[in-house]
Amino acid sequence: MSFGEIYNIAGAGMHAQTIRLNTVASNLANAGAAAENPDDAYRALKPVFSTIYNQTNEGKAAGAHVEVAAVVETDAPLDMRYEPDHPFSDEQGYVAYSNVNTVEEMADMMAASRSFETNVEVMNRARSMQQGLLQLGNK
Amino acid sequence: MAINLDTALGIHAQTLDFRVERSKMLAGNLANAETPGYKAQDLDFKAVMTQINAGMEVGRDYQTAYRVPYQTSADQNTVELGKEQARYSQNAMDYQTSLTFLNMKISGLRSAIEGQ
Repeated sequence: MSFGEIYNIAGAGMHAQTIRLNTVASNLANAGAAAENPDDAYRALKPVFSTIYNQTNEGKAAGAHVEVAAVVETDAPLDMRYEPDHPFSDEQGYVAYSNVNTVEEMADMMAASRSFETNVEVMNRARSMQQGLLQLGNK
Repeated sequence: MAINLDTALGIHAQTLDFRVERSKMLAGNLANAETPGYKAQDLDFKAVMTQINAGMEVGRDYQTAYRVPYQTSADQNTVELGKEQARYSQNAMDYQTSLTFLNMKISGLRSAIEGQ
């Protein structure tokens, strides 16, 4: 029986969702950040998930873990605002603001926390299954 | 008269093991609910039962198969979260059922041994 494997899978899921929440927090914190030139402007970070199949000796079926393969910057266009009085404005009077889409980030945050909870529930259920097994044969 | 524990416990030990392996698969599906390109997998209980009924020796290398989704998603992920959660939950209940059957078998054996 591979209860340990279930805990590992749920743990990997929780870890991946935590990283996703971290990127969301970072994006939201930098949502309104202006930069002196467009190259330095903050670009929203997105995690890329991928699957790792982990085969154990017990039980032939491979468990599907999830991992964060990379955290990439989005290439959405920067928010160029016309603010000639801003100290960071260029010759034409435009200031480069970060390309974070706040609404998208909020939705992402909700999805990430729901996913995290799902993995917690998986782990809780696996625990109660194992507890039941430990009490097998008790009067 | 000797008691053979394996035959006394019947198929419930096998089904218990199957349920744990299946919950591993389903946990993997739930963890990968948002991984692009991930294909949801499952184990087939019916295939195992057919093997047992045919009197075949059933090992622990259960057949895995890919799920056919009701709707396809743009990122080719075939996990349908709600359905997967329902399966995980039902599988856990089936596990409890097997556990209960095993407990009943054991208490039956205990009564026989104690002669009450």
